[in-house]
Amino acid sequence: MNIVELEQVDKNYAGVQALKNLNLELKQGEILGLFGHNGAGKTTTIKLILGLVEASRGKVQVFGSDPTLSSARNQRRQLGFLQENVSFYDQLTGLEVLNYFARLKGVPKKQCMALLDQVGLNEAENRRVKTYSKGMRQRLGLAQALLGNPKLLLLDEPTVGLDPIATQDFYQRLETLKKQGCTIILCSHVLPGVEKYIDRALIMGRGELLAEGNLHDLRHQANLPVTIKLQGDVDLPITLQAHAVPEQSSNILQSTDIQPRQVNLEIPLQHKMEVLQTAMALPGLQNIDIHLPTLEDLYTHFIGAMQLGHKTETASSEALTPVQTPEPGVSDAAIPSSPKPLESVSR
Amino acid sequence: MNAILTVAAKEFRDGLRNRWISAITVIFAILAIGLAYFGAAAAGQVGFTSLSTTIVSLASLAVFIIPLIALMLSYDGVVGEDENGTLLLLMTYPLSRWQLLLGKMTGHGAIMAFSTLVGFGSAAIIMGVFSQTTNWPDLLAAFGLFILSAILLGWVFIAFAYIISTSVSEKSKAAGVALITWFIFVLVFDLGLLGFLVGTQGDVDAQLFPYLLLLNPTDIFRLINISYFASEQISGLMAIAQHVQFSTVTLVMSLLAWLVLPTAIALLIFNRRSL
Repeated sequence: MNIVELEQVDKNYAGVQALKNLNLELKQGEILGLFGHNGAGKTTTIKLILGLVEASRGKVQVFGSDPTLSSARNQRRQLGFLQENVSFYDQLTGLEVLNYFARLKGVPKKQCMALLDQVGLNEAENRRVKTYSKGMRQRLGLAQALLGNPKLLLLDEPTVGLDPIATQDFYQRLETLKKQGCTIILCSHVLPGVEKYIDRALIMGRGELLAEGNLHDLRHQANLPVTIKLQGDVDLPITLQAHAVPEQSSNILQSTDIQPRQVNLEIPLQHKMEVLQTAMALPGLQNIDIHLPTLEDLYTHFIGAMQLGHKTETASSEALTPVQTPEPGVSDAAIPSSPKPLESVSR
Repeated sequence: MNAILTVAAKEFRDGLRNRWISAITVIFAILAIGLAYFGAAAAGQVGFTSLSTTIVSLASLAVFIIPLIALMLSYDGVVGEDENGTLLLLMTYPLSRWQLLLGKMTGHGAIMAFSTLVGFGSAAIIMGVFSQTTNWPDLLAAFGLFILSAILLGWVFIAFAYIISTSVSEKSKAAGVALITWFIFVLVFDLGLLGFLVGTQGDVDAQLFPYLLLLNPTDIFRLINISYFASEQISGLMAIAQHVQFSTVTLVMSLLAWLVLPTAIALLIFNRRSL
């Protein structure tokens, strides 16, 4: 059984379509990364899963039932949610805040102490929340989300305010939860580092699903080039010279006294192996670095493609406005057959 | 029920921590003791005045202060949680909206009841111990009714505050609307009624006016306490109510109706509030 199931879901807010035809399935123990620009529909998706809003069209099922029904309220004991920028009750201590939420969820008090210990707040448990730093508040929020060992955990920007060690601890905790069978949805704008911990990514833009899949799938969908950096005194064969690109601070054949010459090649993903084989055979080669498109590159690509498509659509519709019956060739010419991989992706 | 009590207990604890309970209790105690002891200062006397004078004076002043305190205590009950992000979080817990709202109202109601009981109750005890002219049974009956009606009045305005808090999207707006609400019920309504009375010059059925007073919970509160000492201290609009003698039970029931109606409205609005 799927833990979460969204089928052809639309959500409209006062004439604004926040979600368009979203399909999503999440299985037990899966970690999904939910990414998108501001207003992409991430929060609406989370609210639909939490049962806080009703879908305008389509079906939403969580643990096999509609989360908006009052009969599904008890299932919320199996849910954990950490929202972005939550501000807990300043006058209460960390322990009191956690005890309050534990009582509401019917979780024994002793779990609160253990959770505060796990998130590293045991020494501050009797301090009022108003004295907490942003990171401490975030850790308190995380402890709150983990109350009752949830089977479905929704985390919106969970690492904001956390220092690198706490962030690392957090991701390790996600791994443990995943092994225990917890399904996790992770929303984040901080993409570097996330890719190691998610099973699948869902990239959204303007309420629509732009891309979905694991990193491998997304790389193939995006068809972004792989960057191969060759170091050493190499003479590129003609077949590879076409793929050579300049680097920001160095040219193709730039060399210094302390650094060996470096050549950057950008090649299609499907040609990676054959280029590598050719490169390996080059005399004078000292080192090879391979840079596959990161999650950040893929995100930038899909969002960029969406914006490009939107601009093209706008331009073509403006161009077509005076014409009542558009000629097929006009719009086809305006829209590229496939989104061009973004050359300006930051690496 | 457990969820309501959990929310109520948290609100009460919040009230203790941010000094609301102690502040309200001290204000009520000083007000009551001051009026009881210095109530006859205008007549050139210092010492405990009569019970009726004390209660009527207290009711006249409390009718301004209790609604204001109740509104200030609760105006951000829902909108404040929304601004802090905890409302959304709470709604992901196994807790329904009505449980959350009633829990918060119960908590704030308990703060109001505790402060009223201790604040005004302490004045009653001091008066009972030190005043030569009052006896305990009269004192307890008069103060008991006063405290009960004061608690009810506080609860009514807490319910008003929750209508405001569930209706608006910003705390600052809620504060403004709460102030306007206080101004209308405490000052404008009576002035309007008097103006209407003078303006119509008796053309309107005189029997209608006492019932118009029931449209304002602050007037009901005053009627409860002033009519208890009916023949002694009645003046102004309160005298109009003499045309129709409302029993104390009727007046208390009217105040209860004023509690139930806004509570139901607040629940209705809260159920429709988008998150």
